[in-house]
Amino acid sequence: MPKAKKIVWKGVDDMPEMAVSLSSMRVNKTASWRNLKPVIDYDKCKPCGICWKFCPEPAILLKEDGSPVIDYDYCKGCGICAEECPRNAITMHREER
Amino acid sequence: MRKLMMGNHALSYGAKLSRVQVIAAYPITPQTQVVELLSEMCANGELDAKFVKVESEHSALAASIGASAAGTRAFTATSSQGLALMHEMIHWAVGARTPVVLGNINRAMAPPWSIWTEQNDSLSQRDTGIMQVYCESNQEVQDTVIQSYKVAEKVLLPCMLVLDAFYLSHTYEPVDIPEQKLVDKYLPKFNPPYKLDPDDVHAFGGLTDAKWYYELRYKIESAIERARGEWRKADDEFGEIFGRKYGLVEDYKCEDADIMLVTSGTITGTARVTVDMLRDEGKKIGILKIRVFRPFPTDEVRDILGGAKKVACIDRNISFGQSGVFFEEIKSALYNSSHRPQIWGYIAGLGGRDVTPDTIREIVKRTEESDKPQELIWIGLKK
Ligand code: SF4
Ligand code: SF4
Repeated sequence: MPKAKKIVWKGVDDMPEMAVSLSSMRVNKTASWRNLKPVIDYDKCKPCGICWKFCPEPAILLKEDGSPVIDYDYCKGCGICAEECPRNAITMHREER
Repeated sequence: MRKLMMGNHALSYGAKLSRVQVIAAYPITPQTQVVELLSEMCANGELDAKFVKVESEHSALAASIGASAAGTRAFTATSSQGLALMHEMIHWAVGARTPVVLGNINRAMAPPWSIWTEQNDSLSQRDTGIMQVYCESNQEVQDTVIQSYKVAEKVLLPCMLVLDAFYLSHTYEPVDIPEQKLVDKYLPKFNPPYKLDPDDVHAFGGLTDAKWYYELRYKIESAIERARGEWRKADDEFGEIFGRKYGLVEDYKCEDADIMLVTSGTITGTARVTVDMLRDEGKKIGILKIRVFRPFPTDEVRDILGGAKKVACIDRNISFGQSGVFFEEIKSALYNSSHRPQIWGYIAGLGGRDVTPDTIREIVKRTEESDKPQELIWIGLKK
C-alpha cells in the first residue's frame, strides 16, 4: 500500500495549485460516474480469465482459484467484460445509487 | 567574466548558470546551437544535468514537464514549427503548474518554408497561460533565463523566453557572465509544494469534473497576475546583485515625446538609434519597449502611453483578420484608461525582412502626417 498524505480543502484559497489527487489512487476512487454495473453469474462462469484480460481499468481481480471479482471502486461500467465473456456470465445492470 | 557569444549560447549560459537539472530537446534551425552547447556541457561535466534526446518537440516538452513534476529544474528550447508541435504540452505545463523555462527563437511559420524571424510562432501561444518575455540583446537573454526561473518557480507557471532568429540568435555580442555563487544566492533550489514522490503518492492532472476545474483555472489567472509583481521584484533584486535591470517594459525618452513607438525584440535597438537621430533633428519621439508580454504590463502601458498624443505600434507579426498582436493588446489595455492616445498599427519585418532606421523613419513620418489613426499599415509592401 503506497504512502500518501491525505489532502483536504474547503475552497479555492486552500486547495492545491495543481490538480493533484486527494491521496494515492487507492483512496482516490474513480467509479462515481458508472451508470451500468457488470454482475457476474458464478453459476455460468468457468474461470477462463478473459474478462480479466480485457478489462481496461483494470477493475477485475482474479482470486486464487482463478475466478474473477469486480472491483466496483474502479469499474467504470464500460461493459467490455460482458461483451467478451464467452459464456455470457456477465450482465450489465442499471446502476442504482 | 565577459565573453563574446551568440544569442543562442547566451540562452545556454543562462540555463547553465541556473543549474538546470534536466534538458530535453529536439533540434530545429535556428535553435539547435542552444542545446548543442548544453549537451557538450553535460558531456564534459561542466553541467550536472541529464540531457534527454527525444523524437519530437512534443516529447521534449512532455519530458521537461515530467522532470519538473518530479521536482527538478527543467529547460527546453525550440522554434517555429517545433513550438507549434509543443502547443498541446504548453497547455499541459500550465495546467500542471510546472515551471519549465522554454527558449523560443522567433522564426516564421511555414508554408512557405522560412527560417527567418517573425513573432507569429510565440504569439500563437498567447492564450495558453505560459509567461512570455521578449529579449533585445544577448545579455538580456542570459539574464532573463535566470530571472525566468526565479519568477516561474514562485508562481508555478512555465515561462517562454523569446528572441529573434539570426538578429539575436546568431549575432555575437559581449555578454557578462556573472559568478556562479552570486547566481546561486539569487536563485535558490527549486522546491515545489507537490511533486512525484514515492513517499507521498498522488496522481497529477487526473480527471477533474466541473466541481473544481473552474477554481483551478481561477488559480492559474491569480498566479499569472501575481507574476507581474514577482517580475518587478525579481528584476529589482537582480539589479541589486548584478547591476542590470530590464523592467516589464522600458521607457526610452517617452517623457516629453509627441509620438511614442511601441516595439519588442531587436526592432527596439534599431528604433533606439533612429530616435536618437530624430531627436538631433528636433523631433520628440520616444519608445515603449514591451519586454514581458504575459502577464501583460497593463499598468506600465497605461502610465506611459497615457501621456502620448500619438502612438505608433510596430508589429513583426499579424493576427490575420484583426491586426498586429501588440497593437491589439495595447489598444485593449488603454480602452478603459482615462488617457487614450490615437494609435497607428504598422506591420513590418515579417519573414525576417530587415527593419532599418529608414523603416522607422517612414513609420514616424506617416504617423506625423496623418491625423486619423489606421489600424493596419503594411510598411514597405512592394506594389
Ligand atoms: S465494465 Fe469495464 S471497467 Fe467494469 S469490470 Fe467490466 S471491463 Fe472492467
Ligand atoms: S470471461 Fe466469463 S467465464 Fe471467463 S472468467 Fe470472466 S466471467 Fe468467467
